[in-house]
Amino acid sequence: MDFQPTEDQKALRDGIRSFCEGQVPNERYPELEKTKGFDRALWSELAEMGIFSLRLPESEGGVGLGYADSVLVFEELGRRLVPGPLVWSQLAAGLVKGAAEGTTVVGGLDLIGAHREPYLVEHLESLDALLVLRKDGVYHVDPRQLKGEIVEFPLDPLTPVHHVATLPQGEKIADAARAKRLRLEGAALVAGQQLGVAEGALTLANDYAKGREQFGRTIGSFQAVKHMLAEMFVRQEAARAGAYNGGATLDAPEVADVERAVAAAKITAGEAAIRNGRACIQVHGGMGFTWEVLAHYFFKRAWVLENLFGTQDEHAERIAELLEAQLEA
Amino acid sequence: MDLRYTPEEQKFRRELASWLASEVPTYGTPPSVHDWPARRIYDTGWQKKLFDAGYAGINWPKEFGGRDATLIEQLIYFEEIAKANAPYVGCNFVGVLHGGPTIMAEGTPAQKTKHIRNIISGAEVWCQGFSEPVAGSDLAGLQTKAVRDGDHYVVTGHKIWTTFAQIADYCELLVRTDPTAPKHKGISWLIMPMNLPGIDIRPLPTLEGEGEFSEVFLENVRIPVENLVGKENDGWRVTNVTLRFERGTAFASEMINLQAFVRGLVKLAQKVTSDGASAWEDKALRRELGHLSGELESLWAMVKLSVCEAKESGVPGVGASAVKLYYSELYQKITELGLRLLGRAGLSRSDVAGLPAQYLLNRHLNSLSISIAAGTSQIQKNIIGERILGQAKDPVPARA
Repeated sequence: MDFQPTEDQKALRDGIRSFCEGQVPNERYPELEKTKGFDRALWSELAEMGIFSLRLPESEGGVGLGYADSVLVFEELGRRLVPGPLVWSQLAAGLVKGAAEGTTVVGGLDLIGAHREPYLVEHLESLDALLVLRKDGVYHVDPRQLKGEIVEFPLDPLTPVHHVATLPQGEKIADAARAKRLRLEGAALVAGQQLGVAEGALTLANDYAKGREQFGRTIGSFQAVKHMLAEMFVRQEAARAGAYNGGATLDAPEVADVERAVAAAKITAGEAAIRNGRACIQVHGGMGFTWEVLAHYFFKRAWVLENLFGTQDEHAERIAELLEAQLEA
Repeated sequence: MDLRYTPEEQKFRRELASWLASEVPTYGTPPSVHDWPARRIYDTGWQKKLFDAGYAGINWPKEFGGRDATLIEQLIYFEEIAKANAPYVGCNFVGVLHGGPTIMAEGTPAQKTKHIRNIISGAEVWCQGFSEPVAGSDLAGLQTKAVRDGDHYVVTGHKIWTTFAQIADYCELLVRTDPTAPKHKGISWLIMPMNLPGIDIRPLPTLEGEGEFSEVFLENVRIPVENLVGKENDGWRVTNVTLRFERGTAFASEMINLQAFVRGLVKLAQKVTSDGASAWEDKALRRELGHLSGELESLWAMVKLSVCEAKESGVPGVGASAVKLYYSELYQKITELGLRLLGRAGLSRSDVAGLPAQYLLNRHLNSLSISIAAGTSQIQKNIIGERILGQAKDPVPARA
């Protein structure tokens, strides 16, 4: 057993990290906001990096890597708040033509979880295909057939949403087991993004606390602030272990209960993203409450991700069910 | 990131599990916490069994009688110990986790010959004389003084939180040998036999009403100079060798044990009623238990990750502070849930109405020590804030 990222995994992570730093620097957020968070040129480059085809077998033109590798990639995308239906498009690779290559932008709607309505679809205007997860299977819906209105004020400035009144049934492309499986995989990958958001928020807050001075000292030298940062670090490290554990267990399902590992990942990483986002605003003081400082982007993205593939509460209920079943066995 | 165990690791697990399955059921139940002589016999007897089977000193080098297990094997060891509900290290704690490793690293050949084998085989029990009423988190401020008199140190002072002092043969003692030097530079590490004249042990009951603590008063205790470990005035460095051991794996079995504790809470929730319905039917409770159980899963993943990262250096890094903080908080939240399930039955610390009040209350009361012992949560946060995140230290106020 070696739970550490391998040299190959570290190289993959570093490659994605430097790509994201170059392509989505802080200065780009206002511009991305104007384009509603979607940039087709950036999407093509992400596809060229292999982000969508990462888990597709090499025989099908993919990179042939695993879940843990993907979690590391989504961690980096989360850290820089890279916008777009990233997880849906990776899930769609091999299911929807062009998803792996980035020529078809795939979004989705999860109707298996507890929070099914209202139907709010992210990035609808940019989508070429929509995957709908229902209890009885996976459906392919043409987004142009959706009747919906754009929400005037989305929570996350980089995640536009449409409120869809009626949803066509679409074409069934996979069975119930596959729908359930995609939902599990989606939760594991989003946990990677949430970990990245938690890390990005800590980096922003930590750097600020080193530079900002009050009462003649950097604010990070005060224990009240220093301890808040330390708590962010603890949540980040728990999220890291949880998210990596989710990915690595999907890769080696014979070792442990995959459902439990993924639910734990979504819980731990979700909590870290939201609470680190909030703490990041607090550390910035008054400026943290403004639109100018990036802190609010992390907090808002954290809440978008919380509502993908099951909330913390839903996953906690699932773990409780698994505990109960274990006792009955 | 590969969670699969190698064939060798699986073999290690199988052999250990089968040995535990044959030994644990016949070893007997732990004696009352108040019966000190019986506790010593129970704990050291188990240590001897481990030693004879080659499982004592799991992380100790082979030349000192240890198993020299890899870090992954150590994780497996703690998993299996917890699964089998085997006795814990008990009163062997200080010797096996602190005293022994320090002597291995810093002791003279004579000190090694005299103590190492006795510690690992359960023949010697050690206690720790580090903290003082004036030196808690600021341990280097300790004031117990040792004055050289020929081939002896004459030691006078007051130690506190001395676990197992009542039954210990030796004490790892920190003393001030140079009162004029800066506080970290005047400390020495001594082996103090507990039968010397001038040692007065006074039990200090914890909020649990019992417990292992004592205060130890030292008055002109004459300790031979040959009992100095490391160089005179170099004791602070010597001490940090032991603290590093403690922060590594000290809580591993207890963490795994918490998984079983949560399963126990599920059973309890199915049994107790709240407003006429079983507590388990309460969705909020199920969510909370599920959430905490998920966090436990991540905690154990955190331990695995930090152990794997420590493979190169051989010792856990400062990241161990994050593990301890997360563990302390989780332990307290989970055991608090036990009290909430008990409701008014929790007014009793003895079992009442068929409910395990004694166990649940004791676990929660005990959990309150975890965020204090081995570096308080606040000290751990300073370590993270300063050594990992690079924030400036608090300015040290000028001495009056």
